[in-house]
Amino acid sequence: MSLTNEKTINMYTKMVTARLMEEMIGELFAEGMLHGTTHLGIGQEASAIAACMTLQEGDKITLTHRNHVGCIGIGMELKYIMAEMFGKETGACSGFGGSMHLVDVEKGNLGANGIVGGGLGIATGAALKMKYKKDNNVVLCFLGDGATNEGLFHEAMNLASIWKLPVVFYVENNGYAVSMPTERSMNIRDIEKRAEGYGMRSIILDGNNAIDVYNMTFSAVQYVREGNGPMLIESKTYRISGHSRNDTEQRYRDSQEVEQWSAKCPIKRLEEYMLKNNIADEEMLKDINAQVTQELKEAILFSQNSIEPDVEDLQRYVYAK
Amino acid sequence: MKEITYKEALREALSEEMTRDENVILMGEDIGLYGGNFQVTQDLVLQFGEERVMDTPLSEAVIAGCATGAAMSGLRPVVEVMFSDFVTLMMDNLVNQAAKQSFMSAGKVSVPLVVRLPVGCGTGAAAQHSQSLEAWMCHVPGLKVVFPSNPYEAKGLMKAAIRDNNPIIFCEHKMLYNAVGNVPEDDYVIQIGQANVMKKGAHLSIITYGYSVQKCLQAAMQLKTRGIDAEIIDLRTLLPLDEKTIIDSVKKTGRALIVHDAVRTGGVGGEIAALIAEKAFPYLKAPVVRLAGKDVPIPFNKKLEQAAVPQVADIKKAAERLMRK
Ligand SMILES: Cc1ncc(C[n+]2csc(CCOP(=O)(O)OP(=O)(O)O)c2C)c(N)n1
Ligand SMILES: [Mg+2]
Repeated sequence: MSLTNEKTINMYTKMVTARLMEEMIGELFAEGMLHGTTHLGIGQEASAIAACMTLQEGDKITLTHRNHVGCIGIGMELKYIMAEMFGKETGACSGFGGSMHLVDVEKGNLGANGIVGGGLGIATGAALKMKYKKDNNVVLCFLGDGATNEGLFHEAMNLASIWKLPVVFYVENNGYAVSMPTERSMNIRDIEKRAEGYGMRSIILDGNNAIDVYNMTFSAVQYVREGNGPMLIESKTYRISGHSRNDTEQRYRDSQEVEQWSAKCPIKRLEEYMLKNNIADEEMLKDINAQVTQELKEAILFSQNSIEPDVEDLQRYVYAK
Repeated sequence: MKEITYKEALREALSEEMTRDENVILMGEDIGLYGGNFQVTQDLVLQFGEERVMDTPLSEAVIAGCATGAAMSGLRPVVEVMFSDFVTLMMDNLVNQAAKQSFMSAGKVSVPLVVRLPVGCGTGAAAQHSQSLEAWMCHVPGLKVVFPSNPYEAKGLMKAAIRDNNPIIFCEHKMLYNAVGNVPEDDYVIQIGQANVMKKGAHLSIITYGYSVQKCLQAAMQLKTRGIDAEIIDLRTLLPLDEKTIIDSVKKTGRALIVHDAVRTGGVGGEIAALIAEKAFPYLKAPVVRLAGKDVPIPFNKKLEQAAVPQVADIKKAAERLMRK
């Protein structure tokens, strides 16, 4: 399905939602309003959202610790994400999961993961079920560059390949794993190359260009859906935010590099594209931003007004019924 | 009733559950035509096909992870680990993934998964193919740990495990695979979380599980000739523990001997001893005794191997000593 104007506007709206939400979460943490830690995806909005938007009913995703943007991409409601940030009963995980474990099975999110690479096995298994049941669905497995150095990545790539599982390994190469640049963590420039060793197709895309992300991921997803086996996508992008709320100094990168990438802001680029192609005008973009700002306010109000989970329920979910 | 071996009992349970529910699939190394390292899955691939009896590459981590993801999606995978020692390579996927899904999602996700572990020493396979690591698994809320001691339990617990909606660590002792016993002809399950009093007795409670149950039964016969009447509790499930059966027995006899192959330090025995101290202390006539594997890796030499874990004579001696206190 090609990218209709309506879908582009929807994609833009989600990207703005994710950006404003992440900025807000950052502020709330700074003000001491939120507990724990968080990994923001500022700068990676096109990479995660446009990829999610290529999916159909019944398709699934697995997400990483840096998962909020993907949650917006797959269509989770802002208020349930925010309420989970606040640890409230009304949150996506009723306050039991928090920032790193957002899940919404109905929307297709099998869950984010606090273990780097932890979604790899789960994604492979979800794809196995799809193949076994001839579901005609695919799994989009989100990963960071750092996760491709985990052993599980290599086992999962091989297994998915020999079993021809309908899974797309979507590596968001943002240049760093915490402070470790990819130049120091691997002896290849393109992670895409790793696919070849497993007899798997792969592509590289510009993760800061929403239109490219959509079109190229769409073709990959289609190829996988047709039963040709898995694919690897390397989405080259950059996180503008620090690694986590603790990453304040950022001595491992210089501000020039951050500025260079900020100039490639995926949201600005999509705005330019939409204006140039008469998909939207300035006023419409402004309206969208105002509407998202309002929704975010409501989501925070909803979260603050929600109750905490009951201590009586502490052990309630340890085992499934 | 019919007489079959422990491994036949396991195979029957797998086959019957696969026939009953097409969501049950098997995954593991060499479990297809090869039949599994201990022949438990022998011929199942001929009956159910390669789609349901899946030979995997040597990739323990992703086997566990893939089975977890498949379980989260509605299948009911049963994974064979070639030797329980290799569960070390699966730990992230079992401990951080499978065991946590229900909790982290506040009950929205479940993981109906069985992981079969051939446990224990006695085969001369030495330090990396002989361990009893079940206590590790008991330390993880979200997992359940079962350990059948005979063919009847093997079949009934396997069926219960497959029908359970949680990740189950299913320990099978290698020395039991060829043990024979009676099992009912009809479908039955053994409830997970329930211990069984294998033999009633008045003088002391021997609390044990797995292969040690057989050894304790032999020791009890010898003790009887010396006038000692031991009660034997077969735990069957190690997590969650059946506290009531243990405590009721100890309250009755006033003496507790805990026996297992697994090493003593950090073993399940310590947990049971603590439980007895907390809940039956006033009833004790003597301190609780733990008779466990020595704190060593399993050696190769046969004599050394036998010395590393409690044998029938050791159990008998420990019981006699406990009775003198
Ligand atoms: C197995 C494991 N090792 C280490 C960590 C700590 N940690 C959390 S995120 C992270 C960096 C991951 O880098 P990458 O995969 O590139 O993702 P990014 O943070 O860049 O999105 C590390 C080391 C962890 N959570 N899990
Ligand atoms: Mg990274």
